[in-house]
Parts: sequence; structure tokens; C-alpha cells
Amino acid sequence: MKLVVNEKEVEVDPPDGMPLLWVLRDLLGLTGTKFGCGAAQCGACTVHLDGEAARSCVTPVAAVGKRKVTTIEGLSPDGSHPVQRAWAEVDVVQCGYCQSGQIMAAAALLAANPSPSDADIDATLSGNLCRCGAYQRIREAVHRAAGLRAQR
Amino acid sequence: MRNLSRREFLVSSAISGGALVIAFHIPRRVEAMLLAAGKKAPALPPPNAFLRIGADDSVTIILAHSEMGQSVWTTLPMLVAEELECDWTKIRVENAPAAPPYFHTGFGAQMTGGSSTTWSEFDRYRQVGAMAREMLVRAAAQKWKTDPKKLKVDKGVIVNGTERLSFGSVAEAAQALPPPTQVTLKAPSEWKVIGKPTRRLDTPAKITGKAEFGIDVKFPGLRTALVARAPVFGGTVKSFDASKAKAVPGVEQVVQVPSGVAVVASHFFAAQEGREALEVQWDLGPGREVDTTRLLASYRDLAQKPGAVALDKGNADAALGKAAKRLVAEYEFPYLAHAMMEPLNCTVKLDKERCEIWTGTQFQTGDQMAAAKITGLKPEQVSIHTTFLGGGFGRRANPNSDFVSEAVQVAKASGVPVKVVWTREDDMHGGYYRPMYVHRVETGLDGKGHPVAWKHTIVGQSILAGTPFAAMIKNQIDETSVEGVVDSPYLDPIAAKKVMLHTPQGLVPVLWWRSVGNTHTAFAMECMVDELAHAAGKDPLAFRRALLAGKPRHLKLLDLVAEKGGWGKPAPAGVGRGLAVHASFGSIVAQLAEVRVDKDKRIRVQRVVCAVDCGTAVNPLSLEAQVQGAIAYGLGPTLSSALTIKDGEVQQGNFHDYKVLRMNEMPKVEVHIVPSTAKMGGIGEPATAPINAAVANAVFALTGQRLRSLPLTLA
Repeated sequence: MKLVVNEKEVEVDPPDGMPLLWVLRDLLGLTGTKFGCGAAQCGACTVHLDGEAARSCVTPVAAVGKRKVTTIEGLSPDGSHPVQRAWAEVDVVQCGYCQSGQIMAAAALLAANPSPSDADIDATLSGNLCRCGAYQRIREAVHRAAGLRAQR
Repeated sequence: MRNLSRREFLVSSAISGGALVIAFHIPRRVEAMLLAAGKKAPALPPPNAFLRIGADDSVTIILAHSEMGQSVWTTLPMLVAEELECDWTKIRVENAPAAPPYFHTGFGAQMTGGSSTTWSEFDRYRQVGAMAREMLVRAAAQKWKTDPKKLKVDKGVIVNGTERLSFGSVAEAAQALPPPTQVTLKAPSEWKVIGKPTRRLDTPAKITGKAEFGIDVKFPGLRTALVARAPVFGGTVKSFDASKAKAVPGVEQVVQVPSGVAVVASHFFAAQEGREALEVQWDLGPGREVDTTRLLASYRDLAQKPGAVALDKGNADAALGKAAKRLVAEYEFPYLAHAMMEPLNCTVKLDKERCEIWTGTQFQTGDQMAAAKITGLKPEQVSIHTTFLGGGFGRRANPNSDFVSEAVQVAKASGVPVKVVWTREDDMHGGYYRPMYVHRVETGLDGKGHPVAWKHTIVGQSILAGTPFAAMIKNQIDETSVEGVVDSPYLDPIAAKKVMLHTPQGLVPVLWWRSVGNTHTAFAMECMVDELAHAAGKDPLAFRRALLAGKPRHLKLLDLVAEKGGWGKPAPAGVGRGLAVHASFGSIVAQLAEVRVDKDKRIRVQRVVCAVDCGTAVNPLSLEAQVQGAIAYGLGPTLSSALTIKDGEVQQGNFHDYKVLRMNEMPKVEVHIVPSTAKMGGIGEPATAPINAAVANAVFALTGQRLRSLPLTLA
């Protein structure tokens, strides 16, 4: 099976029914995408399929088709995506385990809605749990990322 | 001038690359609790470094504590940097191996917990920086043939008039010098780093997916295993049929271990499919009888009976009998899961000579001893590679080392390097919860509305019983069950008071959970004080202030949240305000919560004003994050989290039925850090304790409903 992951074509041979999450983590070694719940309840596994946020833990790899997969490792070459920069400036992370998913969800949100309100942010990111409770800074960082994007 | 104690005498030893290594050689020292439990300290390994300065000017700081979100990865380097005066951008951080030099300075075992890292390392990491600085300066002085006192240090460079030498260029020469026997630490007025809001050093790794958590460990030949565990606590394997499991592509072995049956596979998905196909017959045993509804009823009964006495002054029963007004209330708390974002996991590579473990743990010493026992190796033959922790909250500090021991057992039984991964459901069903508790509180007011009697009975399992810390249980009192009540300043002005404890044994494994006993005691104390205020017809702030008259730190915080939160001014329509103040882990936290109630009767916490006094605030930026996060963590159980058991089986499995706080429920939290010269306390946990009471008191102010059972549910 061929997949396009982070702009590279890769060949994988997954067993039937294997979710994209485990193809990324166990077959391709891309461990930035996290396992949190296996049931689309927490958002830690969020990746982009053609730029849209998807929960890779419940996405069978066979369903990906020709859509391009982007993971946290491929969001920017050097951590300079506006969302990543905003995250660093606001000092968002704590344990950091949910942050790949948070950042991917936020990046997809901003691509679709360049200037989200608090309510827009809550509506989208409420699917991404953070047990450290960094929500307040995540919200602030999404607004800051929106500003950074607008400056580009 | 502060003399180094004998146990801190310095040794320095060379490592490759012409580096200066600063190490404290701490002779064998055993935690009193472990001693009391008859455990011997592990043998002393070669001295280990806390700091390395490379010829390339790199400054590598070795952490004796685990980074689980609380920012010790940044705070401890700040302490070194304050004295070392190095270039902050040259700092690298590494986790220490498991070894006695890294024992907690207060607890005598290598562990991270009790909100203790910063205060317990405040001297040691500053001393490390001061020693290294002095040796580097002396090395430079020798090179320049001048008096070290004439030299200055600026961001990793030693300056002599117009001449400059970088730390790296004199590191090797410094290594050859005798280490100082005493160092002078800076006075607080000289601090440049401590107290300055400082961004985290682990952010670059954590925003790019590069940070390695335990679950991310990979190396050639590593397999993944899932373990089928008994559906009830204490159940054991009667028999199993692995034929279907072994037919799953990728499954390599199915092996029995003490905790169940492990399916070892080439990757997670195969292990998961294999475990689905596995057929296990269980011997359930008495665990099938566990039922939290029945348990709660039995706790309520017990709460009416006399228990072990934790505090007894005056005659509470007589004073209650004479009181002008009596209040009786029962407060109830369910079991809680920690539900860290990263499910439990542990990787083990075992051979005849060594056991290597990779995991996110809060308790290296305990895990090392557990692995040594299982493998028959000596503790020093067990190495622990601590990774980043995807949350800890106490669950990864298990005196029973459950997730580490099991992984060692799977490696031993399978004979291959293996990573045991728990699914979310495994993690939720795996026990080691915050215990269930019932508090019964009887209080009395005199004719003027002053409290004159306080009788308090607590029912709940002991966290320390059955662990190496059990020796701390004195006269049947586990401190973790009564902390926050027996030491409550509210009881000081009350002449007649009695606190009793029932510690029923249970099959449900229990453990500390962020803020431990204060998760329930703060609620009981702060809700009852609020009830008393209303019964006395007094303003809840004024009533608290009167009881806390001799406690200026408490009063300052209460006054601050009252002022910032608009206490005394009318709340906007549909908004209720509630107060709570609680001391724990050496710090004090006051909170004012503002709540609304939705049309569907859901409680919405819209704002929390929080004031903290934790002594010196080393990094106010991460301190604010800890307080916001501690409140978010506490709001889960305030509003929705509860773990229940029926016919022995845990009824929740994932985040759809074990609900935790989501972003749309996150209030605006304002954190006010009060400047303080008080003894430094902790900050990871203290802000979790009072939030449930502040919210419940706000709900009462808004609705008139006194909710005494968590999670709070409006009628």
C-alpha cells in the first residue's frame, strides 16, 4: 500500500483493519502522533488528511486513499509553523503528551477559520483533552497563532 | 557562608572530552520509612554527576526528578544557572539514572511527588552551580596568574579586564582542581534568574513531536505486548486457550504472568487483535462482590460509629449537646482514576546480567527494587531510563510498582525485549484510584454564632497500608486520610473537637491522586465552614476571617481573592460566587469561583480567582501554569468524573463515560502569586484541593442547594 506521509511517498504493508495511528507509530516510526484513547475521545492522535484534522486512531489506513497525511513531524521543517511559534511564545506545554494533537487540531482550525473566536476555538478543540489543564494557554496561543499567520 | 554538610562532600571525576563534572557523593542513606519497613538501601554506585560542562561550552544538567508537566526540566536548571552564571541557551537537560546520589533530599528515595521537587532541590542545585562557578573561575585565574577575586563571570564567560575565557575553555583545567568545601550562595536580593518568568526548555521537543515518552521508546527487536487482566480486582487466571490469539498475524507468543496473560506481538495492533482473540477463564474470587453503591452505604453506616482517634481536644460530644445550633452533614467522594493522557506503559530488556527499563516513572528507587526482586538481579544491575511522563498525578509513583513489575514479568516469561502498553480501558480498569470516602461532620454554634464544637468522622481505605510506607501509619491513623482536617486552622479557635477515622480494607487498589487527602478534606472543611457561616447568618468571608484571625497568610489570600473577585459587590444576574482557602504541601491557596447554571442544570464555572502563597516563586510562568492546571484537574471530579464498580467490574472505560474537563468547560483562571518570604512550599498540587469547595459554595450562593456529594449534581 502506498501512502503520502509528510510529502513523502511511503510503502507499507499493514494488516487488515490497522488504524492509521499504528501505521504511523509502529510501521513508520513516526511517534510524534500519540495514542490516548483509541476511540476518538481525546484527540491526541490528530493528524491532517489533505489539511483537515482527522483522528488517526479510528481511521483505518485503508480509508486514507490518496489523501496526503501530515503529522506533527511534517507540520513544519523546524517547528516554525505559526501554531508552533505561538505555542512556544505562550509557554503552552506541560507534560506535552497531548500537544501534537492540540497543535494539529489548531493548525487545521486556523486554515479553515483564520480568525476564530473563543467559542470557535472551544467548539473545535474541546475534542482534544489535556489532563495537565493547559486549556487557557492553548486558547491564548491559538489567538496568537492567528495573528502570526496574518502577518505572514 | 553555608557549610556543606558531611553527606554533601564533593567529589569530582573526569569524564571524556575534558569536561568538568560536579557531583555530590552522598553516602548510603535510607529513607526512614523504608528502614522501618525493613528494606535495605541499594548499594552505592559510582558517583554520578549533576552537571557537566563540555569543552564546547555546553552545560548539561542532570535531573534527579521526573518531568511530568510540572516544569522541573526548566526550574532545576534555573537554580544551577542562578549561581553558575552560564549562558542559558547552552543548557541541555538529561534525566538521571536510578541511583542513590539522586535520592530525594527529604525522602531518601529517588522519586517525584508531594509537590516537593523545587523546595527539596533548592539548595542542592544552587550549590552545584556555585561550586562549578568557583572551580571554573579558579582555573581561569591560574591561567591568567591572577587573583580569582578579581574575575567576573558573564553568561558563561570569565572576564579579566578585556580578556575573556569561556567556561568550556577552562573546563578541563577546572576538573583538576580540588573542589571547594564550602560555597556562598547569593542573597535573594542578588537573584537574576530565580523569580524571573522563564519559558520552558522542553518546549521545542514537545511542539515538534520529538519528545520521547515511554510509549515512544523503540529499538531493533523490541516487541509490543498487551496483557489480558482479570475483569475484577484480585482475580486470577484459571486457564487460557491461546490458539486463536496465536493465529493473528504478528502475534509471536502468549505467556502467563502473575497479573494475567500477555500477548506478545510485533506491534501494538497485532497485540490488541491477539488479545481480543485470546480466551481466558478467570477465577474471579471475592473481587466479583465489589459494588460501590453497597460500599457507599456501608461507609455511611461506619461514619456514624466511633473510629480511631486522630484528634481529640475538649469534649466534642458534650459541647455539641450544649450548642445553640447543631449542623450535621455528610460529604461523599467517589473513586477517581488519574487518567493521564499517556496510558501506562513500560519497556524492558532483560538478560542474565542486566535489566534495562524505559518508562515514565515518578518512583525510580521503588521500581528498581521491584525489578531486582523479580529478576534476582542486584538493584545496581537494574537500570532505569526515565523518559518524559505523559502526566503522572501520582499514578506513576506506585509503591507497588504495578506497571513496571508486570512488564518485567512479561520480559522474563517471553525472553524478548518488550514494551507493555495499556489501552485507555486497561488504564481505567487497572486500579490504584483515589479512594472513595465519606465524611460525617457534626458542628455546633453558640448563641452568638461562634463555632464551639466540631466532630468529624472520615471513612475510607488507607493509601499507605500494604506499601513500604505503611510504617508511617501510627495508632491506626494514615495521615493521608486525615491531612487537611487534623491540621486545619479552622479548628484552632474551636475548644471542643474530635476527628476520627475508619479505615475499611478493600479489594480496590488505591493510591495518591493530585493533592492526595486534601482532595476530600478541603471539600469537607470548606463546605462545612460555609454552612456554618450561613447558619450563623454571617457573611462567608467575614466568618472565615474571624476563624482565621491568627493566620495572616490565609487572611491575605482570602482578602486578595475577595477584592479581585468583587466579593461584597452584587454578582451579575445568574452568577454565584463561592470561597475556599486551604493549605497543603507547604503552600496556601485561596480561591473565589464564579458559577452559572445552564438550562439543562449543568454547572458552569466561568471564572476562578486564585491567590497563592508558596514562599519563593522560582518560575512564576510555570507556577501560573501549575495553578491553572491544578484547578482544571480538580474541576473534572467537581463537575463530572466518578469511577463506579458493579459486580466487581469498573463501569467506566474511556473518556466518554469517565468525563474529565474539556476546553469548553475551562474557566478563566486568574492567578495571583503573593510575594512571600515564608518557607518554600510546593505548587503542583495545592490548587487542586480547594476548587471543588469553592464551586460548591458558589452553587449554594446561586441556587440555595447545598451539594455535598461529588461530582456536584443539581436536583
